[in-house]
Amino acid sequence: MAISNNKEVLRIATAGSVDDGKSTLIGRLLFDTNSIATDKLLAIEESSRRKGLEYVDLSLLTDGLVAEREQGITIDVAHIYFSTPKRKFIIADTPGHVEYTRNMVTGASNADVSIVLVDARNGLVEQTHRHLYISHLLKVPRVIVCVNKMDLVDYSQDRFNEIVSDFKRLLDSEEFMDIEIDFIPVSSLHGENIANEPKKMDWFEGQNLLDTLESIEVGKDDDKAPSRFPVQYVIRPKSEQYHDFRGYAGKVASGSFKVGDEVSILPSGLRSRIKSINQFDEQLINARPKQSVTITLEDDVDVSRGDMIVKSGNDITTKNLNSKVCWMDATPLVNGKTYKLQHGINETRVKVSSINYKVETSAFLKDETVSALTLNDIGGVSLKLSKPVFADSYSENRSNGSFILIDEFTNNTVGVGFVN
Amino acid sequence: MRVFDGQFPRELEDEAIYIIREVAAQFEKPAILFSGGKDSITLVRLAQKAFYPGKIPFPLLHIDTGHNFPETIAFRDQLVEELGLELIVKYVQDSIDQQKVQEESGKYASRNALQTVTLLDAIEELKFDACLGGARRDEEKARAKERIFSVRDDFGQWDAKRQRPELFDMLNGRINVGENVRVFPISNWTEIDVWNYIREEKLQIPSIYYAHEREIFERDGLIWPDSPFINKSENEEVYKKVVRFRTVGDMTCTAAVESVADHIDTVIDEILSATISERGARIDDKRSEAAMEKRKNNGYF
Repeated sequence: MAISNNKEVLRIATAGSVDDGKSTLIGRLLFDTNSIATDKLLAIEESSRRKGLEYVDLSLLTDGLVAEREQGITIDVAHIYFSTPKRKFIIADTPGHVEYTRNMVTGASNADVSIVLVDARNGLVEQTHRHLYISHLLKVPRVIVCVNKMDLVDYSQDRFNEIVSDFKRLLDSEEFMDIEIDFIPVSSLHGENIANEPKKMDWFEGQNLLDTLESIEVGKDDDKAPSRFPVQYVIRPKSEQYHDFRGYAGKVASGSFKVGDEVSILPSGLRSRIKSINQFDEQLINARPKQSVTITLEDDVDVSRGDMIVKSGNDITTKNLNSKVCWMDATPLVNGKTYKLQHGINETRVKVSSINYKVETSAFLKDETVSALTLNDIGGVSLKLSKPVFADSYSENRSNGSFILIDEFTNNTVGVGFVN
Repeated sequence: MRVFDGQFPRELEDEAIYIIREVAAQFEKPAILFSGGKDSITLVRLAQKAFYPGKIPFPLLHIDTGHNFPETIAFRDQLVEELGLELIVKYVQDSIDQQKVQEESGKYASRNALQTVTLLDAIEELKFDACLGGARRDEEKARAKERIFSVRDDFGQWDAKRQRPELFDMLNGRINVGENVRVFPISNWTEIDVWNYIREEKLQIPSIYYAHEREIFERDGLIWPDSPFINKSENEEVYKKVVRFRTVGDMTCTAAVESVADHIDTVIDEILSATISERGARIDDKRSEAAMEKRKNNGYF
């Protein structure tokens, strides 16, 4: 058995409005953790000089594409990496423009933590509502609100407290009861309270941003979730040595499995026991959430790609889905249209049976008079499936409750859904 | 019992294996783009793990510029032999002979950009619908925006603004006729993750990654390996030095670093304390600030 004293990965989604200094904040995190090589730093120093700036513009580290450098904005999800001895961090940096809700949702879909930036001078703006709503919709386990540009409000504790109470007022509803939020005052430009103790905000008693990111617990309840193993690929070597080997390869979606566990196969409902859990040439006793393994069963049952091995919950097989959908395509989602649906690795055709409402993300209101969802809309949608999928409610099991919609003509991913 | 020293986040391996299995399930004819560098060696290891005890169900495709380090080619052939893999080699020289591309001239002449044409021809001829590559998002800022499944059009082109959103771990590999997909299973790994993985998995890599004595010359503040493929001026003097390579590309576009690190542990220590980024020693990236983005738009891997 392999003992892996594993370095943890923390996935972060960052979101902010135009010009509230998100790229600078990330640049600062990289800079203060020594994650920038000298040649890259020299390159952005040179670029900063060419732009006539008197300081090193750390945002140039992340604004990768030519169009972005020209316009000084971020137009797509960028991935940024840094490490400390404790953890590896992956940032999905998403732009803050109104029209890019889809990118924000994309970034948040894999996040353990969402960092929402606000400009200390402006406080909560319409975009902040949208970021909070998306973090909430995607059940990002933890939200950190960074009140940035504190240098421009003289590092005022009163101003910070005012913004914190504005947030608390906004979140004072039943819907947001389960949201865990930290508030951290920072100045990205001057590196205040990012990776160091603040020099100008001794009134702040919490941890700085990096310490917070290093100490957040991730995936603590993951193995309490129901056990779900989507079969990705059937391994049948048919070699002399492994003549009868029939392994079900996949990644544990949620919960855990151990050798000897009694399991059911969906959709057939056939039952068997786990004979072995293999990871390359080693045999494991347990498989944890997110682990890629190959399972063999005691009985010779028929299992193929798209089936799911579960320990309980045969009732998750469904041909009707009520869900919230975020639409990501220029061609709207309309009633009666068919799409391909992909739930995990399982695929089927679906028909939109009704569009129930649209959410006004900036004010958290529902509009029940809609007939279509257009780009960046989020709404309630009912779907009829041609073949069953095995889905949990997203709010109960984040790892088995989402799906994507694919246009049958363009093959593009046009929407993402969260099962009610 | 195997004890990992824990520097490599195993979650990244699970993610990569998941991606590779999706490729096998979603595509009809995938291939692994193999350069003989450490990232593609890592990829082969991951593919081996993904299908064990079965064999890797796709061939390796190597685009041979003719300017490779001989050590890399020797290593490639040995690996293919050991693992019983299928290797397909396509030559840039053939594209030159067919007059599809023109050899560059001058002192910075390289076949790096030329290999795109050979690659696209190979994809078309052999009807590959997915090509797995070892590119990582931390390498370069245009790559930071690359998807895991990256759809390319008939001309192999990458359009940064038309990329499919990738939500959760769901990968959409559906394509239209003529399109193909580049797949990057180690997108989320950094250079140091790859090195730690090589150490923990005890993987063999070409000898040029370790310190060795080599004939070199200096140009633009970089250490260039001497080879028959390079156009030197008279005052560029060749001498011997102990060096190693941090990345492995062509002999015409990969600079060496001065180093005595001759073991994986010392190599890792050196990288951790290095002040120059990995691609800082890649002459092909130095052409302009957007060099990589321009090449990617044209179908570069």
